Amino acid sequence: MKIGVVTFPGSLDEVDAQRAVTLGGHTAVPLWHGDHDLRGVDAVVLPGGFSYGDYLRCGAISRFSPVMAEVVDAAGRGMPVLGICNGFQILCESHLLPGALIRNDHRKFVCRDQRLRIENASTAWTSSYDEGAEITIVLKNGEGGFVADVDTLDRLEGEGRVVARYLDVNPNGSLRDIAGISNERGNVVGLMPHPEHAVEDLTGAGTDGLGFFTSLVEQAFA
Amino acid sequence: MPKPEILDPQGKAVLGALPRLGFQGVTDVRQGKRFELEIAGEITEAVLAEVEQMAETLLSNPVIENFTVRVEQPVAGADR
Repeated sequence: MKIGVVTFPGSLDEVDAQRAVTLGGHTAVPLWHGDHDLRGVDAVVLPGGFSYGDYLRCGAISRFSPVMAEVVDAAGRGMPVLGICNGFQILCESHLLPGALIRNDHRKFVCRDQRLRIENASTAWTSSYDEGAEITIVLKNGEGGFVADVDTLDRLEGEGRVVARYLDVNPNGSLRDIAGISNERGNVVGLMPHPEHAVEDLTGAGTDGLGFFTSLVEQAFA
Repeated sequence: MPKPEILDPQGKAVLGALPRLGFQGVTDVRQGKRFELEIAGEITEAVLAEVEQMAETLLSNPVIENFTVRVEQPVAGADR
């Protein structure tokens, strides 16, 4: 499959995301924030970083970039979209996902190998995992506290839309230890930790993150 | 402003700093943002409605923030 990876001004992790896409068996297609079309890709990754310097709010300005109009439109038609860290923030600001990400409750940037439980292995991006699988991938954020009102949290839990949950410690004050969520259809997933940094033994926290980039294949041939 | 139920870590940091500087009696601090928009021409109801829309669309995130819009006329003779 062709998977687009969007670069916004201030994105950091698009090269790692492209590499992870390739290791996952796909063709990575670089997309630019100013693009008005998605160049025929089958899925899109919004990478981590500090788009627009996190000015105003994280993801608030990226949301209105030309490429996001295309991404929102394609997501509505069922195209798989994965937002990692800043990408997750952009998805929330775009209202493709509910809730918001706010400054870590302890007010410090956190960078650690983080254990997670995959709570929903039926989304477009998690089908390579077993339900309940425990994985360790990199977490690095300053504004990673997931918040939403109680009704929204209950709905996310009730509909199985909590995709991943923090284990051992809650690193940023996210409500109900939520590390990632999906939309109703399961094609749009936002994740605060970084699976693209855990795809090779040479660096990072192992290869537990690779599943996010192989899931699309499994789903396509399922 | 962050909604009352939303944790405000920056406000908490300021609250912690005040007593260290000898300021007593502050029981809570919440930190928000203020935008000053210069508008061309008369501030009509229609213009105000558009400013509300700006606040709702871009300036604030209604999921976590509340906002109010206030009109302040420039003071005559003030530096522009």
